[in-house]
Amino acid sequence: MPVYRIGIDIGSTTVKVVVLDKDNQMLFRTYERHFSKVREKTCEILRRIEQDYAGQTVKLVLTGSAGLGVAKASELDFVQEVYATAAAVNTLNPGTDAVIELGGEDAKIIFFGNSLEERMNGSCAGGTGAFIDQMATLLNVTIDELDALSLKHTKLYPIASRCGVFAKSDIQPILNQGGLKEDVAASIFQAVVDQTISGLTQGRELTGKIVFLGGPLHFLKGLRERFVETLELDEEHAIFPEDGDCYAAIGSAMCAEDYQELKFEEVLDCLEKAVDTNQSLNTLPPLFSSQEEYAEFAARHNENRLPEVDISTYEGAAYLGIDAGSTTTKIVLIAQDGGILFSYYGSNQGNPVNIVLAQLREIYSLCGDRVRIAGSAVTGYGEELIKNAFRCDLGLVETVAHFAAAQYFDPKVDYIIDIGGQDMKCFKIRNDAVDSIMLNEACSSGCGSFIETFAKSMGYSIADYAKLGLFAKAPVNLGSRCTVFMNSSVKQAQKDGAPVEDISAGLSISVVKNAIYKVIRAATADDLGKNIVVQGGTFLNDAVLRSFEMELGRQVTRPTIAGLMGAFGAALTAKNSFIQMPSLLRAEDLEGFVHTAKASTCHLCTNHCALTINRFNGGRSYISGNRCSRPLGREKVSTPNMYALKYKALRRMEGKGRGSGTRGRVGIPLCLNMYENLPFWYQFFTSLNFEVVLSDESSRALYSKGQRTIPSDTVCYPAKLVHGHIMSLLEKNVDYIFYPCMPYNFDEGISDNNYNCPVVAYYPELLAANIPALKQTKFLMPYFGMHRPKDFQKRAEKYFAKEMDVDGAQSGFAIDLAYKAYHKWRENIVHAGERTISEARTRGNRILVLCGRPYHIDPEISHGIDELCAEYGFVIVTEDAVSDQMNKEKRTVLNQWSYQARMYNAARYVCEQPDMELIQLVSFGCGTDAITGDEMRTILESHGKLYTQLKIDEISNLGAVRIRVRSLLAAMEARDVHKRKEQAEQKQAASCEHGNEKKAWEL
Amino acid sequence: MAELVYDNNGRLLFTKEMKEEYTLLMPQMLPVHFGMFQKLLQLEGYKVDMLTTHHRGIVDEGQKYVHNDTCYPALLVIGQLIDAIKNGGYDPHKVALLITQTGGGCRASNYIHLLRKALLKAGYDYIPVISVSFGLEKNPGFGLTIPLIKKLVYAMLYGDVIVDLANQVRPYEVEEGAANRMIEHWENELVASFDKGRRMKFSSFVQTIHEIVADYEAIPVRQEEKVKVGVVGEIYVKFSPLGNNNLEAFLLGEGCEVVVPGLTDFMIFKVFNRITDVQLYGGNKIKYLFCKILMNYIVKRQNTVIEIMEKSRFRAPTHFEQIHQSVQPYLGDGNKMGEGWLLTGEMLELIHEGIPNIVCTQPFGCLPNHIVGKGMIRPLKDDYPDSNIVAIDYDPSATAINQENRIKLMLANARQKMKQEKKQAAEQTNTQG
Repeated sequence: MPVYRIGIDIGSTTVKVVVLDKDNQMLFRTYERHFSKVREKTCEILRRIEQDYAGQTVKLVLTGSAGLGVAKASELDFVQEVYATAAAVNTLNPGTDAVIELGGEDAKIIFFGNSLEERMNGSCAGGTGAFIDQMATLLNVTIDELDALSLKHTKLYPIASRCGVFAKSDIQPILNQGGLKEDVAASIFQAVVDQTISGLTQGRELTGKIVFLGGPLHFLKGLRERFVETLELDEEHAIFPEDGDCYAAIGSAMCAEDYQELKFEEVLDCLEKAVDTNQSLNTLPPLFSSQEEYAEFAARHNENRLPEVDISTYEGAAYLGIDAGSTTTKIVLIAQDGGILFSYYGSNQGNPVNIVLAQLREIYSLCGDRVRIAGSAVTGYGEELIKNAFRCDLGLVETVAHFAAAQYFDPKVDYIIDIGGQDMKCFKIRNDAVDSIMLNEACSSGCGSFIETFAKSMGYSIADYAKLGLFAKAPVNLGSRCTVFMNSSVKQAQKDGAPVEDISAGLSISVVKNAIYKVIRAATADDLGKNIVVQGGTFLNDAVLRSFEMELGRQVTRPTIAGLMGAFGAALTAKNSFIQMPSLLRAEDLEGFVHTAKASTCHLCTNHCALTINRFNGGRSYISGNRCSRPLGREKVSTPNMYALKYKALRRMEGKGRGSGTRGRVGIPLCLNMYENLPFWYQFFTSLNFEVVLSDESSRALYSKGQRTIPSDTVCYPAKLVHGHIMSLLEKNVDYIFYPCMPYNFDEGISDNNYNCPVVAYYPELLAANIPALKQTKFLMPYFGMHRPKDFQKRAEKYFAKEMDVDGAQSGFAIDLAYKAYHKWRENIVHAGERTISEARTRGNRILVLCGRPYHIDPEISHGIDELCAEYGFVIVTEDAVSDQMNKEKRTVLNQWSYQARMYNAARYVCEQPDMELIQLVSFGCGTDAITGDEMRTILESHGKLYTQLKIDEISNLGAVRIRVRSLLAAMEARDVHKRKEQAEQKQAASCEHGNEKKAWEL
Repeated sequence: MAELVYDNNGRLLFTKEMKEEYTLLMPQMLPVHFGMFQKLLQLEGYKVDMLTTHHRGIVDEGQKYVHNDTCYPALLVIGQLIDAIKNGGYDPHKVALLITQTGGGCRASNYIHLLRKALLKAGYDYIPVISVSFGLEKNPGFGLTIPLIKKLVYAMLYGDVIVDLANQVRPYEVEEGAANRMIEHWENELVASFDKGRRMKFSSFVQTIHEIVADYEAIPVRQEEKVKVGVVGEIYVKFSPLGNNNLEAFLLGEGCEVVVPGLTDFMIFKVFNRITDVQLYGGNKIKYLFCKILMNYIVKRQNTVIEIMEKSRFRAPTHFEQIHQSVQPYLGDGNKMGEGWLLTGEMLELIHEGIPNIVCTQPFGCLPNHIVGKGMIRPLKDDYPDSNIVAIDYDPSATAINQENRIKLMLANARQKMKQEKKQAAEQTNTQG
């Protein structure tokens, strides 16, 4: 009796079905998208082959992430997909060393050889098929086009390889500044490759014969090319099997051998029945209970509209506003009364310049001689590019533009939320100025394009998809975290049989919850404000608007032009600026308009900024991607910057010092807490006649060197960089590598305890365990506690006698000197702080305390944020230069980490200084800053100071940093204006009172 | 109504008056142990409710009032407490909250402060929060007296034994629920005995352990071989069903025997850390001696348990010192934040006991676990190629399906290996025969 074996692999986006005969010959195979209708699609495929197998005995096994749910519901057999894949490879490709398989939302690596090892991406790791889908949407191309583009690249940009959301925020600036789609496409694939290698190999070498599997690797040549090049494989060692997209299905069919026999009809019956099981779901109340309720809601919001004017009859001055957003471009032309003459809202299609050019031509043709453009302003990510391309009069930061527009609709507005395609901006309005800005951080962007990508993947347009949710009976509760997590929540809901409308409503609600709880961190409506204006394209989605009002329990204002508010605000600003000589390119100028963009790398310093050089007709050009003004031909701004000062001073602590260096070379990785402790150890070792060798300066390349040995992909970037520093020291052939474990810090008397964070404290042990080459080196990682000098000395003398053969008395003497050197270093920092502050005050500069950990001065970690702030005229002071100015004070959290305690004190100090501002740098994944952030905000805001937090990761997204710094500046200016006004009023009032008194006296 | 009294730092105190009027709400971590703790506190005259709620609303409250990047256990515990205040049918003016505080460089030491912040944000700043710890914060109406501490320590020791034995019986029991009924029986019996001052002398402890082991041995079981899976991890998500999406129930459902190293080792570890601190960095000699005595007190009892269990048909836990020695090649004694070296030690303990299949649980982004959990899997794999460890992250939006799929991969490998071993064993008997 021949038994057919059927393997069905149901993944997050596709179904694969394979039928094998007893000799493993493939009788049938298919690979199809299921558009979330997993059970229906599976049944449909089986029905298609029913005629061939009806009446036959089959053994059927399901596999895949969505196969699990189907197997449960239908009571059919299931094998785990990685296991199935390994089985298939064992049979079909004997001698394989490793398998790399990318699926819709999973990435897997299997190592064969002595011990089988299988790894899957953790719950936070994009870089898979779904990620590529999202990126294609972002570039407005199909997957095939993306692939074709990538093959024509000339340059690769670094793009975050950890998670899709990160990558997006890297890609937008590149696109908006004129980067080439070809290069971006290839960079996206490279990011997937880096993600797979760094996330999954975790120290094990990827060599030998490697088999590549899964849909994306099967279909995308560009992706294959990136893998082959990165792993340096030749044809013999890079295997792309013909059925590489169906391997898990083939494997599960092979595994089916061990499972039960059934009649084909029975199997189909089990699956058909499973279609109807609807499991209980975690649901929420509906958005609207009736059509009437919706009608009333819609009517209320439709009242917030602008006067209507007709461009074909209007005569007189008009003002142009452009919002060059991250994914869309918005343009409005307004009349004197604010009425809209022209508006445009459309996708950037990867190049906002072309869009603006076409629209501007259209506008000029509509205007004729009747309408005169008397002013123009541009805002948004692409502000500089558009401003330069078309010579707009003004450029302004988004927050200011949005505020201007919101105020038009509600003069009393005190809170604005803008949710666009890719980013979310929330800000308070206080004293007529933008205050307390919150942007979605890289890991929390459940924004508009997220819903859109989902709608598309289910085969709907965004508008239709959103409408579906309005009358959903039981919206699914999907949680409120980042996109990657929401993907899997949706996956689960689909598996549990939730209908499309409930998922649609659930997505809208989750976007809102993400905004309120994750980005704004509000507990009640009053945390926001009384007069809330909501805007951004996403709020045009009534389901989102409704769930926002429901979640807050408060009515809000949504203008009908919610999607155009940035552009409208820009136009209003242009109008109110009374521009004398409008500089915007005229209709005739546009005729010969030419724009070309070329990628290039700046070599003026070690930052090696990836530049994009835009050239326009008439010899005009615009360079972007730079962090300082040097590539523009101007000298770097030379305001005092303690970040640079400290960094340079530390890098100099290398070599033999005053000693002879004859005892040997001690390698010290300049990373994490070494940025604090190096002065100590440099003195210690050089005075013992050791030569100190520092690891190379941090850089992306240094990071890549150690990337493959990182075991935990969610640890912070400063920690990940350590691996590169160790690799760098290993290359230098030092006699020792010295990196002690330090759970405790120096006690500076300003905190309840003096800990380091767990990562800083124990990272050396992780290195020893995960970098095999360290076993061949003398790697010294003693536990030291320098907070107790006497005890430390006793222990250290013994330790160095044993490990480095240093006489106890000598090392004791060296320790004394080292303590002195360290305290001297601290004193110098404090003095440098005092000098810097007084110099700034003499010059009249603004002072910025850039608060972070000691290692944030590493330019690769802070990505030149210090320089960028200096460009805006700030003098930069470090937190440890001012923390000593304040004594210890009780905090509402446990104040137990030394570095963090310095930040609290620095914040309190800034509160007392009218000419100082503070920005907190937070490394993504830093657990302790989840605690310090709220505390820092409380300290600053209780004294009327602005709290600005910049989250930083391995990729520099200076666009977001610029918005914040500029908003901070705008708020400071507004605050100054407000103060002057108040003072003037007080003076006036005082003189009036004085006058009154006089009268009284006269009477 | 009890008056609200504050200390010099402005901390709201739990007064003696409150002890009469208020209900204390406590979160649950280990269902059996904490159940006994609750009863013991009740016998001291406190009104105590242990929260066993388990629904999505808990996470929602947590996300609302706790910074979302804070670790998952904080979010859950605080969410559960606030959910109980709002929806548990209590008069908010007549409840106080109990929370444990361990101290140390991990974020977890901040839970109590985060709870107070959350209460303030939710408008419940009039609710007193009691820290259950040794001397970190004092309250006039609540105190851990020496007799009470002794009871709690014994409850922990016994709790570990009755849970461990039940885990070894449950998958094989002939009559469903027999192991659970035995837990219940001993829970009640122990609490009642403690109240009368019994079963807390060393000699009667030895006697009682014998009784317990005999009772579990008497439960009829099927002879079959099951895949054994160890669970280690951050203390809360390791033990709490709310924290780990009912991990133990899931593994049982997959036909596994679940092996969860107990709470006693963690407690010894925390005391040991204080001794180590003095050895590594210097410090107070009196505290050092006190900790040594306390540690020896617990270790002596644990060793007894091990000796008795070794003589039974059950698998005994490993001596603390043995775990400590086994971890030496990987981590130093100073690695103490969170679960520190003990977490790696427990993985080694399991591997040495022939249980290489391990779920290593941690909250997403858990700081110490970067090092002692995920960071040690590589060297363990190098040294023990059979080790089959899967690291699972828990957080508000990690879906069960995602976690289960990864655990299933680990299980598939475990089953494959068991099959191979059986085959080899069969072949050997064949060739011998």
